[in-house]
Amino acid sequence: MIEFILNNKLIKTTQPSGSTMLDFVRYHKQLTGTKIGCREGDCGACTILVASFENGKLIYRNMTSCLMPLTNAQGKHIVTVEGINQAELTPVQQAMVDTNGTQCGFCTIGFVMSLTGFVMNETAIKYEDAIKAIDGNICRCTGYKSIEKAAKILIDKIAERPTNKLSWLVDNKFIPPYFIDIENRLKQINKTAETINQDALPVGGGTDLNVQKHHLVKQSVTNNLFDASHLKGIVVENNEVKIGASVTVTEFAESSITQTIFPNLAKHIKLVSSTPIRNMATLAGNLVNASPIGDMTIFLLALNAQIVFNTQRKIYLKDFYKGYKQLDKSPQELIEQIIFQVPNPTSLFSFEKVCKRTHLDIASVNTACLIQLNDNNTIEDIHLAAGGVAPFPKYLANTILFLKGKELNNDVIKEAINTMQNEVAPISDARGTKEYKLLLLKQLFLAHIENLINIEELV
Amino acid sequence: MNKPFGNIDAPNHVTGKSIYVDDIPVMAGIVHIKIFDATIAHGIIKSLDFTEAEQVEGIVKIFSYKDITGENQIGGIIPDEPLLAENEVHFWGQPILLIAAENEDAAEEAFHKIKIAFEPLPVITNPREAFAKGKLLSPTRKFVLGNTSEAFMQCKYVFEGTTESNGQEHLYLETQGAYAHPTEHNSVRIFSSTQGPTAVQKTVGRVLGVGMNQVEVDVARLGGGFGGKEDQASTYGAMAALVAFVLKRPAKCILHRMEDMRMTGKRNPYSSDFKIGLDEQYKILAYDATFYQNGGAAADLSPAILERTLFHSTNSYHIPNVTATANSCKTNLPPNTAFRGFGGPQGMFVIESAIDFAAKQLNISPTIIQQKNLLKDGDEFPFGQIVGECEAANCWNELVANNQLEKLQADIESFNANNKLVKKGYSLMPICFGISFTNTMLNQARSLVHIYSDGTVGVSTGGVEMGQGLNAKMMQVAAKSLGISTSKIKLETTNTTRVANTSPSAASATADLNGKAVQDACKQINERLFAFIKEELKLNDEAIAFVDDILHINNITTTHNWKELILKAYLKRTSLSAKGHYATPVINFDKTIEKGHPFAYHVYGTALTTVTVDCLRGIYEIDAVKVIHDAGASMNELVDMGQCEGGLVQGIGWMTMEEVVYNEQGKLLSNALSTYKIPDIYAVPKDIDVQFLNTQKDNLAILKSKAVGEPPLMYGIGAYFAIRNAVLAFNPNSNITYNAPITPEKVLMGLYSKK
Repeated sequence: MIEFILNNKLIKTTQPSGSTMLDFVRYHKQLTGTKIGCREGDCGACTILVASFENGKLIYRNMTSCLMPLTNAQGKHIVTVEGINQAELTPVQQAMVDTNGTQCGFCTIGFVMSLTGFVMNETAIKYEDAIKAIDGNICRCTGYKSIEKAAKILIDKIAERPTNKLSWLVDNKFIPPYFIDIENRLKQINKTAETINQDALPVGGGTDLNVQKHHLVKQSVTNNLFDASHLKGIVVENNEVKIGASVTVTEFAESSITQTIFPNLAKHIKLVSSTPIRNMATLAGNLVNASPIGDMTIFLLALNAQIVFNTQRKIYLKDFYKGYKQLDKSPQELIEQIIFQVPNPTSLFSFEKVCKRTHLDIASVNTACLIQLNDNNTIEDIHLAAGGVAPFPKYLANTILFLKGKELNNDVIKEAINTMQNEVAPISDARGTKEYKLLLLKQLFLAHIENLINIEELV
Repeated sequence: MNKPFGNIDAPNHVTGKSIYVDDIPVMAGIVHIKIFDATIAHGIIKSLDFTEAEQVEGIVKIFSYKDITGENQIGGIIPDEPLLAENEVHFWGQPILLIAAENEDAAEEAFHKIKIAFEPLPVITNPREAFAKGKLLSPTRKFVLGNTSEAFMQCKYVFEGTTESNGQEHLYLETQGAYAHPTEHNSVRIFSSTQGPTAVQKTVGRVLGVGMNQVEVDVARLGGGFGGKEDQASTYGAMAALVAFVLKRPAKCILHRMEDMRMTGKRNPYSSDFKIGLDEQYKILAYDATFYQNGGAAADLSPAILERTLFHSTNSYHIPNVTATANSCKTNLPPNTAFRGFGGPQGMFVIESAIDFAAKQLNISPTIIQQKNLLKDGDEFPFGQIVGECEAANCWNELVANNQLEKLQADIESFNANNKLVKKGYSLMPICFGISFTNTMLNQARSLVHIYSDGTVGVSTGGVEMGQGLNAKMMQVAAKSLGISTSKIKLETTNTTRVANTSPSAASATADLNGKAVQDACKQINERLFAFIKEELKLNDEAIAFVDDILHINNITTTHNWKELILKAYLKRTSLSAKGHYATPVINFDKTIEKGHPFAYHVYGTALTTVTVDCLRGIYEIDAVKVIHDAGASMNELVDMGQCEGGLVQGIGWMTMEEVVYNEQGKLLSNALSTYKIPDIYAVPKDIDVQFLNTQKDNLAILKSKAVGEPPLMYGIGAYFAIRNAVLAFNPNSNITYNAPITPEKVLMGLYSKK
């Protein structure tokens, strides 16, 4: 039995825990405002808001319902467009109408829900925040300019929003009055899924699993890892950052710990999928998916991260990958924690990614690098990883070995590039030819060090 | 009279109340249809066994071509495409069987239990290879003006080259789909996501073997069409209708995104040769172009698309000697089809490449050649039409003046001199797009206007609302024609029983054709209504009209209002309904000599695109697109602006990141939104500034408001050349060819290549 609040109604359902929220709202609850565009989280037509308690506060985030396993709704407030509709248009809806931000209308409720989530998020105030909120919403008709105008109208409207905002949001008709009582009502519902059957299919955010194995997941009994409290949280202990396996990319990006360690974190994360996907995708999910181009995997490989299983076995992430989708992991083993050393503050961390479309796309090549120079311009320590150039996320061991202890100069870099090109084996596919990927890897390596050495002669 | 409004469905769109095909509450007993399709691009079906699949719990019936009650044929222009493959398949994704099931899970299970074996046949994906092997979908077409072979001898400069432009996935957010249920008298009603309700009706009639009067097609709206649902929606309409008709149960066929992408055709890719000749002053004297259109496995609309390529082969330029030859080549891709611009963009890309190539060889800016050769009144198009009311130079000049082109050029040169790893580029892109279906017959439309006895009005047309704002414009036309407020008017669904023999909503002409049909219906009602009013109020020669629901006599307000007079007219047995009809005058085209006057008018405009290329990573941003667009006297600036911005961004997508990739076996690799990328909010130009060239000229546009659906797409071609120019600023020896889209891969390879 899964229990949650859908709009203003308490739901108790015995639908399969792996079925999607999208099918549930459309075909079981006849809430057809939520649309099916792609069923892989790439268009945002099915965007809903999901509220759960984060550090005791009820936070609303936008998610793509096509990828959300029903079990992940346990104890939460799920909001579809029908749940924000009132007698008159909400300011978000009105702004979209006034700017002609809707043409065919099929993507529109996704934008409306994402922008409603934006106005409900009290830390988001700038225009860039509003755009970020809709970065997972694709529109084929408008060219987005009218939607940008709608976002600007909302920025002006929320300028007067007080910190204690729920009643303000209700008073200003962004959301209906029933939202006021949701927090109390949710407290009556169990926050974690009823049974965790060890033989059940382990499911995190569903963002990869529901794309690749939708038909398996939708009929399965699931082991809900997404909300398991022992898999959450980011802490620093003994100069080590310890991250729960089910920490989402958003949580990773919003943590004060990671923000302090990685000054360019927001810039890096902006290259990783989209806001609604980041709100759902877990770090461990990215690791076990073993995609050769997993962004967070490459990120963590360059931090020489370790992973800890539920068996307490602990290995380096770079040793986790054995071949295409082959892992050093028994079927019973689940990742519980990801650990990496706090990088030396004098070191430099860089993440680069190029794809056909800069945002909300899968990399042609992605790469991350942690490099520390000593006073003699010698490479004291380096970790380097690249995706899209091997059957699995590649820790560039040979290049690292070559570079360690060397002085950073043009000749060394040229030779390092040679070494690098020899330790990878990209293939030609929809994301680029192998020749392109080889050249791109070189270019992005140079991008890593462009602040350390004049690369103009090296390109 | 009324506050400016855009799409009249907007309030329902933003609240999720607008109904699309999959949102219609279904009747009890609904059957779900899943298509079993070919997993080979060309081959003989050696064996096919679905007996086990049919035993799956929940399967109602599996349909093969043998279960088709009428003709197994869906070809629109040429009858060359079966609904379900018989013995041979011609493209990967071609439908073979229809699985009709009680639920989607059963259909899915049965799908995997169907056993099929193919004997592979050679696969052709390249149009030039198809041409060499004599595989054409329709006869070669040739437009000739003057004499190019003589003219080339007079030219001081002659350049030759080749170009490639790739296809484009429509990516309407709502996938193809239809919902059908049987009705009395052996009939069927179909709710279809189609731009062409009559095309669906005709196809269904043929496939079922029943008359068109037994097939009712109803369309509320589309979640995007862009040409992809002009012809190809008929396939899914026919599937739903067939299953409903045979099983006597309601049936629904909604494609999954990946099914839609692999089964449906896209914008036709083109491979082309050009030869361009100029005199000493850079006047283009002669132009030869040969187009190899990749039509896919069946004709679909490709022959008509091919024709429009020829009509726009010289874009916005006057060239006195032209030979343009076009071949529609049969390959083993899904049948390619209409896509906003309909072959025009592909033709324009070639002439723009030719001009750019000439300019690069001559070491001058292409803008010099472009500007010098712009069309003017009295010029002759290669198809014989004489240019009139030309706005080409007006748009160009206003854009150049507004944006201080010379200063911009100097600024970019200076920026590029001072930056090694970042380069800027710019381009100008003039457009000239002919308005009318090039098939003269299609330039007709009808409407049905009812005034109910309470004074409210229902308007039906043959046009389909797909986001382009058609219904907003139809409402404006009706309100203006009747002199009443828009709040009294409702736009009905498009239904073949209310408006018959419709032309598809396409060719940018929907508002013009249907708007004039609405005007005609309103005029007929006004005549009868005014006759009644004159009699009722005992008037003679006074001029009467409604203004904002109030009767005016000789331009003076009266106390009589619309509602009161309509009721009285009804009580006096006045007919308050009318059927309107419109057929575009003047236009004609004689295919036997390839000459005539095919277009009611042309739409002009010019775009200035500036870009920045990151020469380390090979990625780019489009900084700004500034446009002067010839909208005539826009009747709805919100709607027209939306068409301009949206069309432009779609064109940019086609030219930059949207890459349709098939492998050599004809399998689509870019088969999902994760591998086929259209512009997202970060990818669009940071600044889009569209200014309308407001003109009040007499033309055949509805209320002098020129058609706007397709022309802006072609401004996007400017992005290709702007990016290419930035690449060449970094690497003047680049071997970059004229091959669109200019993806980050092509940019990076171009930046670091050598001739």
